[in-house]
This record gives sequence, C-alpha cells and structure tokens, in this order.
Amino acid sequence: MAELFSTRTLGRWLPWLLIVLAALLLPVLLPPFRLNLLGRFLALGIAALGIDLIWGFTGLLSLGQGIFFALGGYALGMHLQLQALQPGQLPEFFSLYGVKALPAFWQPFHSALFTLFAIWLVPALVAGVLGYLVFRNRIKGVYFSILTQAALLVFFNFFNGQQKLINGTNGLKTDTARILGQLAGSDGMQRNLFWLTLVLVIGAFLLCRWLTGGRFGDALIAIRDDEPRLRFTGYNPTAYKTVVFAVAGALAGISGALYTVQSGIVSPQYMAVPFSIEMVIWVAVGGRGTLIGAVLGAVLINYAKSLVSEALPETWLFIQGGLFLLVVTALPDGLVGWWRSGGPGRIRAMVGWPAPAATYPELDLDPAVQAEKTEWQGGGR
Amino acid sequence: MTTAPTTSPGTGATVPPLLELRGVSVSFDGFLALNDLNLRLAPGELRAVIGPNGAGKTTFLDVITGKVRPTSGEVLFRGRSLVGTAEHRIARLGIGRKFQTPRVYENLSPRRNLELAVSRRCSPFDLLFGRLDATARDRVQHLLGVVGLELLAQQPAGGLSHGQKQWLEIAMLVAQDPQLLLVDEPVAGLTDEETERTADLLRQLAGEHTVLVIEHDMEFIRDLQSPVTVLHEGRVLCEGSMDQVQSDPQVIEVYLGRESEGEFK
Repeated sequence: MAELFSTRTLGRWLPWLLIVLAALLLPVLLPPFRLNLLGRFLALGIAALGIDLIWGFTGLLSLGQGIFFALGGYALGMHLQLQALQPGQLPEFFSLYGVKALPAFWQPFHSALFTLFAIWLVPALVAGVLGYLVFRNRIKGVYFSILTQAALLVFFNFFNGQQKLINGTNGLKTDTARILGQLAGSDGMQRNLFWLTLVLVIGAFLLCRWLTGGRFGDALIAIRDDEPRLRFTGYNPTAYKTVVFAVAGALAGISGALYTVQSGIVSPQYMAVPFSIEMVIWVAVGGRGTLIGAVLGAVLINYAKSLVSEALPETWLFIQGGLFLLVVTALPDGLVGWWRSGGPGRIRAMVGWPAPAATYPELDLDPAVQAEKTEWQGGGR
Repeated sequence: MTTAPTTSPGTGATVPPLLELRGVSVSFDGFLALNDLNLRLAPGELRAVIGPNGAGKTTFLDVITGKVRPTSGEVLFRGRSLVGTAEHRIARLGIGRKFQTPRVYENLSPRRNLELAVSRRCSPFDLLFGRLDATARDRVQHLLGVVGLELLAQQPAGGLSHGQKQWLEIAMLVAQDPQLLLVDEPVAGLTDEETERTADLLRQLAGEHTVLVIEHDMEFIRDLQSPVTVLHEGRVLCEGSMDQVQSDPQVIEVYLGRESEGEFK
C-alpha cells in the first residue's frame, strides 16, 4: 500500500489523474464558449505534434501543414454537408453556381466509414507523394520550407477558385448538420467533441511517443544530425522522411477535422500562409523535440491569443512576434526544454535562493554529510 | 596473412580482387578530379593511399561509395558493378566509410550511435517493429569497451572530445561489419598515443576485413606497414612499400613541388 503512494508511482499516475479530472471538471466549470475554445486548441495540438515529428525530430521545417489540416477539415465538412440531405438533394450552395449534379468526388463522402478513413488517409497520401518526390531529389533545408509553402499557396488558390466544386472562398458550414442525431453546433455535442478531442490528443501523443522512443526515433534524430552519415551506414533516409511526413500529414488531417467540427466551418483560410507559420511558432515556443511541448505550445498560445484579442485586439501580433523572438534568442528548446534543463532553478538562484546542492545518493545517507548539509542550508538562507 | 608481399598491388591476379577500379575518370565541369584511375584491392588487404592536396583522394572514396558517379570507367566490388547504385545500397553490400572529420550523431548517446550502425535491417518497418537481438547488443557493449566509452555510453555524443568522436566513428564502422572499410584521415587531430592505437586497431581489422586508409601523416602510414598507393592529379603515380615509394624520384618531385607551393599560402 505504501508503494502505491511512493513518489515514483505518483509521478507516473499523476498526469493521468489530472487529465481525467480535467476531462470531468472542465465541462462543468467552463462556460460552453470557453470549453469549445479549449477543444479547438487541443485539436490544434494534434497538428503541432505532427510538426514536432517532422521538424523537431527530423529537422525538416514544413511550412505547408495547412494543406493537410484543411484536407482533413474538408473531408469531414463534405460528409456533414451531405448528411443533412434528403435523397436526390444537393447541398444548397451548388444551386448558386448552377450545378445540377453532385461532383463525382463528393459521392463516397455519403459514407461515414469512408469519411472516417479519408480524414487522415487522404492527407497522409498527399503528404506521402509530395514528400517522396521532394525527398528523393534530396531537397532539404530552406528549399524544403520554400517548397512546402509554395505547395500551400497552390492549394490555397485552387480551393479559393473552385466555387462549383467546394464552394470556393465561402467554405463549407458544419454546425447545422447532425452527428448521430444531434445538432453539431449544440452545447451537448460540443461537449462530446471536447472529450473526443481530448482522447485523440492523448492517442496522438502516445503514437508519437512510440514513434520517437525507440530506434526509429533514433534514426530520425540521426537524419537531423548527419544525414549522409546515416546513408553511408546503409539506411535510406528518403524512406524515413516520407513515412514521417505522411504521419505528420495524417495528424494534421485529424486535427483539421476536429477543429472544423468545433468551429462550424472549413474554408480555404485554413490554408492561408500565416496560419501554417503560426503552427511552427506553437512548436517552437512549447519546445521542439519535446512532444508535450508541442501540445502545450498550441494550447497556451492560442488561449493567450483569444484572451488578448478580446481585451486588446490590436496587440496580439506584436506579442506573438515578441514570443517568437524570445524563443529564438533566449530559449532555443522552448518552454519545456527550458524547464527540463533546470531553467526554474536558475531563476531561483538569480533571486538569491539557490537550490540545495545535489550529491550522490549514498553520500546523502551519510550522517556526517547530512549534518553538514542542514547546517549549510540553514546558513545559506 | 594480412600484408604479405604476395598481395602487393598489381600482381594479385591469382585471387579475384574484392574491389577493382578500371579506368575511372571523374570530370567536374571539365576539371578531371580522377583521370583514368586503375586500382585493385585483394580480400584482406590493408592499403594506404597518399597524395598531395587535390590529388583526388576524397573523390576516389566518393566514387566507390556512390556519392559521385564516374564520368567513365567501371567500379567493381566482388565482381559486381557499383556505378549507379544508391549510397545506402552500396553500404549494405559491405562497404563502410569513415569521414575525414569525425561524424557521429551528436544528439544520440554513443550506445544509440552504435545501435544504429550494428543493425542489419534498416527499413523504417524493421526499426519500428523489430528488436535488436542479443548478439547485436553484446557487440555494441563490446565495442563500447574497446573504444573506452562505457562510462559515457548514455551521454549525448556531442559532448565527447575530438579523439573520442574519432574512435566512436571507427567503432560504428566496425559495428557495421563491412567487408571493405574506407577510412579517410583517421588520425587527423589525434595525439601521438591515440595515433598509435588507431594504427594497431586498423592492423587488427585487416585480414578479416579489407581496409583502405587515406592519410597525410607519413609516420602513421609507416606504422601501418602496408603497401602504399600514391595518387597524383587523379591517377596512380606509383605503388609499393613505404620505402620504395619514398625513394621514387617522381614521388619526391611531386611532394617537394607541392610543399614549396604550400608555403606561399
């Protein structure tokens, strides 16, 4: 019984306990509007995890994750548009452009099962194909970043211009559709979606931890550190990068679908250039190469953004820019990296209250050392 | 068995060579980095390659490992042509390469560096779902001991000293267990004692492996007691023992000419 409450067991179970408590209490404590915001930001955390995989671990800065985010959102958006219809009916916007028959690529989205796969499989395939072509030609560094941003612009312009296919700039609304008989925009449904998002964030986190924890993760770090070395050891980096980019794409797709259904709309704005750059900032501020940092960065920055925007609408961009500068210059490993490398202790030492000096455990047990330590600590304050 | 005069270059026709370069030329925009280069390496041989700066030594390794495609000529490994084969496939055929500056994965610990090198299966699927078997793990442990990094096995390799990184990279090469080891300037920046130990290690590796060493340090080459090939302007100038090579008038001219040029830099 005593073992159950030891620090180690506690350390292992405490995060889970807090998550369960948060899942149960937050829907009661927060007003529906705030809960919905939190759900959306948690959904963004899934996309941030993907960026952490491809950028934080593998060293490839993708500025085009918005493509995959929006593709996931559109997949779900199309399904929800069709969901509300009588047989033979078309989504309303089609009549504005004189479209009489449902475009062929809409047909499979009648099926909920197909949609559940399309949400992550379509972005994964697009990312996989794009990634393979890019990585096979050994495009990396800043050229990779520019290329992903160019691809993002191509998708953005295409979706904006296709009124007759997917309602162009206006996007697809989802909040009047019904999910399992309940109105998607209703408070009850939004609470369920918050829980679903929480579960999926945890699932995505565990998936990423599994991917990065073993030798596969070592190979990703090896690609970041010295790709030719890995190649001359017999590994094909192209295969690894393609797989990771596809996984990051799938995560962005899931993220986009969850975000869409909690915002009530998907539009080409999800493929706007600044939004994809913001995603990178979340990961940089939270701590790249640390998975929890990616999720925390996404939630904290977006929550801060919505709070600041409510109070002082004009200032947010300055604050965001300042945060990014701070991270680039002072905290290269982000908030979590700073925390793990003993950052709080340094602050403590700076204000004149240093942490007790650590010694070897066996030394700690020595009564003579203990006596000296208490004396030193007493004098130190 | 390793460096007997019978395996001296050019005459080893009785045993089929492990590696053979036939008339290899590499042209970079008209500049001939390698010019009709011919070379044969017998299995188990230890060979040193020397040559002044710009002689084409590194391009020579690039051609063998697939980094640079020869403009003309043939590279044969165990009778199989390597031209046009991807680098990672050439590595898996059994050719390992150590770079000039020590190159290890700085954010991984020495143990994890070696675990990546020792792995026989290298696809993403294998690394996700496969486990390193006990023999491989023992091998990693053994190699950590050989290069004296047991106590530092869990720290990121970026914190190692220059010499320790050189040795870790050599250990990674050994872990890879290639038939042919290509070693580019292994003792650059090492202390005299480390240099001696490296020479010992390479001599031990020869026999079971075939080793080709590129080096500037003449003292070190003498320590290796191996046949020497001298490269100059992209072709083989002469081959023979260290003493033969050092008394060759052509070699003396090339080196002295170059050295006086070097003083003007």
